[in-house]
Amino acid sequence: MAKVGYTRRSLLKSGAAAVAATALPAPMIWAQEIKNITLRQFGTGVSNLNDVAQKVKEDLGFTLEMTALDSDSVTQRAATQPDSFDIADIEYWICKKVWPTGNLQAMDTSKIANYDKIVGIFRDGKLTPESVIAQGTAPHSVGFVEGPDGTTFADSETGWMTLIPTIYNADTLGIRPDLIGRPIESWTELLNPEFKGKASILDISSIGIMDMAMVCEAMGEVQYGDKGNMTKEEIDKTMAIFTEAKQNGQFRAFWKTFDESVNLMSSGEVVIQSMWSPAITAVKSRGIPCVYQPLKEGYRSWGGGIGLSKSLSGMELDAAYDYINWYLSGWVGGYLMRQGYYSAVPETSKEFMSENEWGYWFEGKEATDVITSPTGDTLAQAGEVRDGGDFYSRMGAVACWNAVMDENQYMVRKWNEFIAA
Amino acid sequence: MTETLTDRAISGAPGDVAAARPARRGAGIGANVGGWLQAAPLTLVLLAFLVAPIAMIVTVSFWRATEFSIIPAFSFENYEFLFGSDVTYRVFFATFKYASITWAVTLAIGFTVAYFLAFHIRSQTMQIALFLLCTIPFWTSNIIRMISWIPFLGRNGIANQTLIDWGVIDQPLEWLLYSDFAVILAFVHLYTLFMVVPVFNTMMRIDKSLLEAARDNGASGLQTLVHVILPLTKPGIMIGTIFVVTLVMGDFITVRFMSGSQKANVGRLISNDIGLLQYPSAAATAVVLLCTVLIVIGILLRFVNIRKEL
Repeated sequence: MAKVGYTRRSLLKSGAAAVAATALPAPMIWAQEIKNITLRQFGTGVSNLNDVAQKVKEDLGFTLEMTALDSDSVTQRAATQPDSFDIADIEYWICKKVWPTGNLQAMDTSKIANYDKIVGIFRDGKLTPESVIAQGTAPHSVGFVEGPDGTTFADSETGWMTLIPTIYNADTLGIRPDLIGRPIESWTELLNPEFKGKASILDISSIGIMDMAMVCEAMGEVQYGDKGNMTKEEIDKTMAIFTEAKQNGQFRAFWKTFDESVNLMSSGEVVIQSMWSPAITAVKSRGIPCVYQPLKEGYRSWGGGIGLSKSLSGMELDAAYDYINWYLSGWVGGYLMRQGYYSAVPETSKEFMSENEWGYWFEGKEATDVITSPTGDTLAQAGEVRDGGDFYSRMGAVACWNAVMDENQYMVRKWNEFIAA
Repeated sequence: MTETLTDRAISGAPGDVAAARPARRGAGIGANVGGWLQAAPLTLVLLAFLVAPIAMIVTVSFWRATEFSIIPAFSFENYEFLFGSDVTYRVFFATFKYASITWAVTLAIGFTVAYFLAFHIRSQTMQIALFLLCTIPFWTSNIIRMISWIPFLGRNGIANQTLIDWGVIDQPLEWLLYSDFAVILAFVHLYTLFMVVPVFNTMMRIDKSLLEAARDNGASGLQTLVHVILPLTKPGIMIGTIFVVTLVMGDFITVRFMSGSQKANVGRLISNDIGLLQYPSAAATAVVLLCTVLIVIGILLRFVNIRKEL
């Protein structure tokens, strides 16, 4: 197949010269036609990076058009405009909503070179053989279907993947240690009256409700069967607790965009809030102390992956597989890991990171030198340690995955009431 | 809009619109056809861009929606939910509250500014210069005008720092930002000009000899204001009112930013629904809002005949 365009390099690297010799003529033709291929990718801002598109052009030769949208719009587009994209870069909980529409096609894992190296979370759900699978929409539970045309999710690895995992992280509360001045250990602190008028949560219902649930459970006020799939009563109880807190003036503001959360934190309007990892980095890069506080109840985690549009076929489909293989081959992984996210195939990313960077971001070691982001901002000085430690202590302490509930519509209405309360 | 009003205000030539409207008294059938033809382009534009979209919104508001599909079935579900939920009433109340307070403040400021421009500034050059000065904030995007309040009003913002430095307060004032105060402040800042322009426009057309007559008849300054200027300015006030009320009632972004997402008005309810793909529900809310605004304008028009202005 023409797919050799990419594999040629790895084949040469492994020294299989004979195979390479027969494969070489094909890339010549391929290389000419591939220039005309354009793949349209859309997704949330986290991984829709122009640097990636540029690198794709350099390494693979075709053009990748990126569109960044917020998660609501991403869901909407994936569900309603299947012809407007070739590659969907979506989160796993969005996949649960979108897959039944039939707009995406399952991917053949035998065509994915690094499939065996993908982290267990995305395959059998277990980070290590002893891991307990967290609540919510765990990626492996919506990661496979029975066959190329499967519409229902499979329980185990079937060889047909819905999304190829690309990026994931464990989220927790961000705090301003200089303004709090004491250790923070539990999710309950978000509603601690000590921080009255100085707390915030995010105004994105599907994620906000999870943070709320983490708090209510930690307070011992509500016991959930599954935080990722609450019953109406559980939703009511959770909302009641937060509505009361809101009316007592616990919250300074709610945020909806990344920038808003950064501004709230760096201006000191808020000292404790739900936050995303790169937002912490953005606050720190302004010289303001900010900690992504690990909490004893665990993290709320999320994961994203790329899915292929149903309408992809022929050469475009081959190019898309090349892109996926390239994605997992390390360059993007290294790029994302140097921002504080994790890559689905950490071992390939390692080759694209310095020993210091790998030690700091993945192994939770002290930085031996200044840590900079891919864009050149200083993120940490020598001697600093990543909040939460190494990969296994962070991803191993996930209490819940971002999810979409059966009672989603009810929850959304309750969320509207909460905002209006 | 602003420009035409301004031009006319400055040239002080009333009735140019009226002159442009042809008198069709005693026209025959041929003239009628001509009239229809002349009206046709505008009618088509209105049909395509006003009537059709509204008809569509009304239709969709009776449909049902699940997560990802919109079901074209006739159903009152959306309206039932809307009128059955006390959130709707609270949110509509909040919307009216924002509209009425903003209206009162913009009217007070707008009337004063227009009065000053129209009656206290003698030279026309100066009038034009000062009027343009009022429009300067409109050269920037209204999102920027709104967001620039946030660092100013914040807990450690300029306003609080200054007040603390002056010794007026010991603790930063929390209600300056992310509160109803902040929302209304931003509304007033954004929309006062919409009140100044029409009021100024009508004031410029008041025959100065009427003011002299009032004075000759012994009216005090206040009496002239209340009994002569105010009644003659009513159409302008009414146009300004319609601008301000409709703008505030339809807004969602100002409320979201200035209240830190903590308050809601009808616009936010609609935008939340759209974000969650609940188009029929959003459409139903939009229809109710549209009716409400039309009723408000209908009531306003009972008070003043704004055709006098046009």
